[in-house]
Amino acid sequence: MRKIFINQLVKAATKNKKIVLIVGDLGYGIVEPFKKNFPDRFFNAGVAEQSMAGLAAGLALKGFHVFIYSIANFPTFRCAEQIRNDIDYHNLPVTIVSVGSGLGYGNLGYSHHAIQDYALLRSFPNMIIASPSNNQEIEGTMNYLLKNPQPSYLRLDKSLELDCNKKIASINPGKWIFYKNKKNKNLIISTGSVFTNCEKLSVKNNDYDWATLPMWGMKFKNQQIKNLKKYKKVMTVENHLQDGGFGSWLSESLTQKQNKIQTKIVSKFLDKKVIGKVGSENYLNSRYGLK
Amino acid sequence: MKSSSYKKFSLKIRKSILKIANSSQCSHIGSNLSIVDLLSVLYLKFLKTKKNSFILSKGHACLALYCVLKEMGFITEKILNSFGKNDSILMSHASHKVPGIELSTGSLGHGLPVATGVALADKINKIKGKTFIILSDGELDEGSNWESLLFCSHHKLNNLVIIIDYNKIQSIDTVKKTLNLEPLTKKFQSFGCKVLNIDGHNFNKIFKALNSNSSKPLVIVAHTVKGKGVSFMENTVLWHYKSLNSEDYQKAMKIIR
Repeated sequence: MRKIFINQLVKAATKNKKIVLIVGDLGYGIVEPFKKNFPDRFFNAGVAEQSMAGLAAGLALKGFHVFIYSIANFPTFRCAEQIRNDIDYHNLPVTIVSVGSGLGYGNLGYSHHAIQDYALLRSFPNMIIASPSNNQEIEGTMNYLLKNPQPSYLRLDKSLELDCNKKIASINPGKWIFYKNKKNKNLIISTGSVFTNCEKLSVKNNDYDWATLPMWGMKFKNQQIKNLKKYKKVMTVENHLQDGGFGSWLSESLTQKQNKIQTKIVSKFLDKKVIGKVGSENYLNSRYGLK
Repeated sequence: MKSSSYKKFSLKIRKSILKIANSSQCSHIGSNLSIVDLLSVLYLKFLKTKKNSFILSKGHACLALYCVLKEMGFITEKILNSFGKNDSILMSHASHKVPGIELSTGSLGHGLPVATGVALADKINKIKGKTFIILSDGELDEGSNWESLLFCSHHKLNNLVIIIDYNKIQSIDTVKKTLNLEPLTKKFQSFGCKVLNIDGHNFNKIFKALNSNSSKPLVIVAHTVKGKGVSFMENTVLWHYKSLNSEDYQKAMKIIR
C-alpha cells in the first residue's frame, strides 16, 4: 500500500507542481523517490506533528496540495486541534496520511495502535476518510484525492500488498464497491484493511453479499440509507473500536428514518480489551473481535 | 509617514474598540489595546501590498483588527457594529469568514506553524513578500511555537517576521508569576532567530524594526502595555476579562490618548 501511494504521488507531482510532501521524521525506505525527484517540495518537519499540521495548513492557504505523512496516531491525535481548526475548518487541501492502521503495529503496543482514529476524524465536517482495503482501492482513492484536493485522511495498512483481482473503474466518497453481489437480502460491509477477514466471512455466509466503502465521512452519512434499506441484515466490519467507528457511523445514517426502515445492523469491531495487549496483527484481530 | 499620522490613526482605532466593547459587552479589552500601535504601522505601511501576509495568532485581540479592517475598507461600519451579536460574521476571535483575514485563530499556538507554512510557500513560489504574525506573550507557553521555531530557523525563513506582544500580563496573572519567559531574547537567539527589542508603542521604532532585513527569521519583542491608552486599564489583569459598562466607557472616552 505504501509503495503504491508513493508511486502515485510521485507520478502526480511530476505534472502538478503544487503537490508538497511533509513527513514527520518517518517513512524511511518509502518516501525517498519523492525526495529525490522533488527536493524543493519535500520537507521533514521533524518529530513535531503540531508544527507539521500547521505548516501544511499554511502551504495549503497559498494553494499547495499538501500530504503529511507519519504513522499510527501521530499525525492525527497528536495534532488533533490543528486538524480541526486549521485544516478542516478552513477547508484546506491537506491529506493526512497515516501508516499502520488498526493493529498493524501490533507488537509495538497501545501508543502505536490506530484504533480510535475514525472516531476523531469523522467528527470533522469537511473531512473525507479514505480507508482502502487492497491495492486497487488505494489506487482509486489516491486518484480521487489527487483530482479533488480537500481535507482528507488516508489510512494505510502497514504492509498489506493485496490484489483483489477486480478492476475498479473509479472510487468516490460514499459509494460502495461490491465484491459479491448476488441480490442477497443480507450484506457484509467493511472499510479499511480487513479485506481478508471479510472474504472469509463472505465464503462462510453464503446468504450475504459483500461490499466495501473505501471513502466516507460526515458529508456522506445521510446518503447511505438508500443502499442500506435494500437489506434485512447488514454486518459491518472494521479494525477499530466500536465507539465512534464505522459501524456506529452507518447505524447513525439509519436513525433519520428509524421507524420506516427494517434493516438491522450488527457490527464486528475490536473489543476494548485489546488495549494494552501486544502480538501480531492477525493474532490480535482474531483474539479481539475480528475472527 | 509622520508619527502624528500613526498616532491619529491609533487613537481612532482605540476609540472604536471602546465603543464596540461597550455595545457588545465583550472582554479582552486590555489585549486589544496593547496591539493597536503595532497594527497601525503594519496596516498603514506594510499590508497595502498583497505580496505580504498577516496572521493574528492572539485571536482574542480580533476587535482591534476588525476596527483596523473597517478603516482600511475591508468591512463596513454596519458589519463592525454587529461584533459578537447573533449571526454576526464577527465572532470574538479572529475569523477567516471576515474579508481581509486569512486565518481563524482563538486557540493559542496555532498561528506560528501556519505562518511558517505561508512563508515557506512564498519561498517555494519565489515570491518576495513577508509574512507578519503577532503572538501574545502568554501564548509562548504553547509548545507548538517552539516546534515551529526549530523549523523556520532550520529552513532560514528570513521572510517571516514574528512580533511578540510582550505586555507581560497573561490570562490570570503576570507572565513572570505564571511561567517566566525570561531570558526571552536569549531563548529566541538560541533557536536561531534575529531578535529586536523595541517599545511597542513607538511608531518610528516599530516601523524601523518591521522594515529591517535579516538572514534569519526575525523576532520583534515589542514591549507593550496591556490596556494602553486608558490609564485605569493599563497594566491590569482585570481588563483581560471585564466588560465595559456605560460609566467606565464614558470615563475611558474622556481620558483616552
